[in-house]
Amino acid sequence: MTETEKMPETEEDLEPVSGWQMFYDDPSMLLFLGIASPTILYTLWGVIEVLHVPLAGY
Amino acid sequence: MATIMATLRNPQDFTTCPDTGLNINKPVANLVKIHILTAVMMLLAGGILGLGVALTRWPAVHLLPSEWFYIFLTGHGAAVLLFWVHIFSVGIAYFFVTTPINARLATPKIAWLSYWLMLIGAAIATVMVLLGQATVMFSAYPPLKAHPLFYLGVILFAVGALVPAFLVLATLVKAKNERTFKGSMPLTTFGVLIWAIIAIFTWVMGAVIMIPTWLWSMGLIANIDPQLYRVIFWALAHSTQQMNIVLHITIWYTLAAVLFGARPLNEKVSRTAFVLYLFALQLGSVHHLLSDPGTSFTWRTFNTSYAAYLAVLGSLIHGLTVPGGIELAQRRRGLTHGLFEWLRKAPWDNPIFSGFFLSLILFGFIGGISGVTMSNQQINMTVHNTFYVPAHFHGTVATGTTLAFIAFSYWIVPLVTRRKLAYPGLAKMSTWIFGLGMGTFALFGMAAGHLGVPRRHWDITYADAALPFDFSAMAHMIMTVAEIGAVIGGFGALFYIISILSTLLGGKVLAKGALPALAEPAGLVAARMHGGTEPQHKGLEVPGSLVLCMVLLVFLIVYYFAQYKYLATIWGIS
Ligand code: HEM
Ligand SMILES: [Cu+2]
Repeated sequence: MTETEKMPETEEDLEPVSGWQMFYDDPSMLLFLGIASPTILYTLWGVIEVLHVPLAGY
Repeated sequence: MATIMATLRNPQDFTTCPDTGLNINKPVANLVKIHILTAVMMLLAGGILGLGVALTRWPAVHLLPSEWFYIFLTGHGAAVLLFWVHIFSVGIAYFFVTTPINARLATPKIAWLSYWLMLIGAAIATVMVLLGQATVMFSAYPPLKAHPLFYLGVILFAVGALVPAFLVLATLVKAKNERTFKGSMPLTTFGVLIWAIIAIFTWVMGAVIMIPTWLWSMGLIANIDPQLYRVIFWALAHSTQQMNIVLHITIWYTLAAVLFGARPLNEKVSRTAFVLYLFALQLGSVHHLLSDPGTSFTWRTFNTSYAAYLAVLGSLIHGLTVPGGIELAQRRRGLTHGLFEWLRKAPWDNPIFSGFFLSLILFGFIGGISGVTMSNQQINMTVHNTFYVPAHFHGTVATGTTLAFIAFSYWIVPLVTRRKLAYPGLAKMSTWIFGLGMGTFALFGMAAGHLGVPRRHWDITYADAALPFDFSAMAHMIMTVAEIGAVIGGFGALFYIISILSTLLGGKVLAKGALPALAEPAGLVAARMHGGTEPQHKGLEVPGSLVLCMVLLVFLIVYYFAQYKYLATIWGIS
């Protein structure tokens, strides 16, 4: 199953994989979501809040 | 599940370790060596500076004058938390993205370019700090301003550190194309993929904040808004720590495999824990801003409580599956007596194991529990900017990450150099001394913080302050014990440095047996590194690990509520 194996190198012999598994196996999807999540929820949201603080009048 | 092709593609580009059966891409071996060598020099520099700081905050010694205290403090933070940790990380990331899947590193030349960028950046920044031109401490909050070359050094370092993240992605693509593996990648490689993705976010945030600050230091921008700086700076600085955590947990899984032939109890669950990190850990950045003005309660609480607790769940999963894997492997070997025979009979005198397991325990119990607790909006008020904060993060970055790196060095350096570990006696002591010393620093430092002792303060007698204030004799005593712990921990680091530098520079080269015989025969180590889950099992096979985790959880809950009780007593509500 997971040990070093001699496998014929065709596409068909791949075991069927679940949707989650496909998601985990796809670096570009993880990359996109892993960058988008903190950029939006932390950085953008936080920056917008700070920018909404009215400046003190001198 | 990962299937690693039995026939090695391009065998001329690999050496096979006779002790472990692992195939190491030749350029990767050199990159690992140079990165660890450089990182250890940074730890040496940072450790000496840290000793200066500790000997100043030890009330009876109070070694350095104030200007030098802040120079040392700034230098210490940069040298250890940026340079030591990240240069080391990059080196071993190259290992994790290649060896477990028998891959060749994409474009080693660019890896060397990244190395030189990091080195030159680190050198420039360090020189500026030591010249007294950049006494801004780790966070470099404006309006504190450093010499432009300091920011330039940090920017060069950040660019250098960003490149390896792309090399990790490129290597995975290349390995897929060369078909060195099929299906899912092994867990350790997956860990490094997560590390790389967090790294991209981290260092890009670094550029977003450091480039304007650099321009400001040259007078090209009139003003940097301090609050905006703080928000974006912590996207950088918090996330760098999350990169460390991901990597040291990857190390834990690896060492469990190497030392015991252990596999994760369930690889998919462990993978999910890493993905929880990917989405939720960075959001915890808000915990640095809980006592700041300017942002809403919603933003703070969503990120530090709801989101970050998903990451805590990830940590709890790793905290169960790492020792659980070891327990299962040990029990199958016949160590089935009681709850903890598997742990008692573990190779405690092997620094690879002692460093690894101490890092697991200390990170969880000290760094983890204090971190989760202080990230609560209300509780944060009781410890914000006190000595509790550095105490907490030495529990994570020193006794967690650094100790894991120390343990891992004792394995990977002989592996990539074929040199026998030099001064094994010092190595054996180093993990205990570093762990217990820094653990003492962390625990007593947290107590000092509860008494209100501030962090980053040169003189807690306030000798020249307009308004006098006296800390109790108890507070001074606790600070003394904490700093004695720090000094002891420094010796542990020194022993490690001596042993690893001597190995790298002059250890005895052996064809076979550079790595001491461990629990597992060569082939099995390689097989385990390639990943997989323990075969299906039924019932409770890891009662000891479960008890350990439950103790942690109960401890966390009790401690958390005790902090609320404490908050109620210092903040009288009438
Ligand atoms: C080698 C032994 C070490 C000693 C003796 C030591 C000691 C200290 C002391 C006494 C402080 C000052 C706390 C304060 O006054 O606020 C400090 C701060 C700090 N330490 Fe360490 N430490 C050590 C290792 C480490 C390691 C391994 C790391 C990270 C990987 C680390 C990261 C930091 C950081 C980031 C600060 C805060 C700097 C700042 O406030 O700007 N230390 N350390
Ligand atoms: Cu943080």
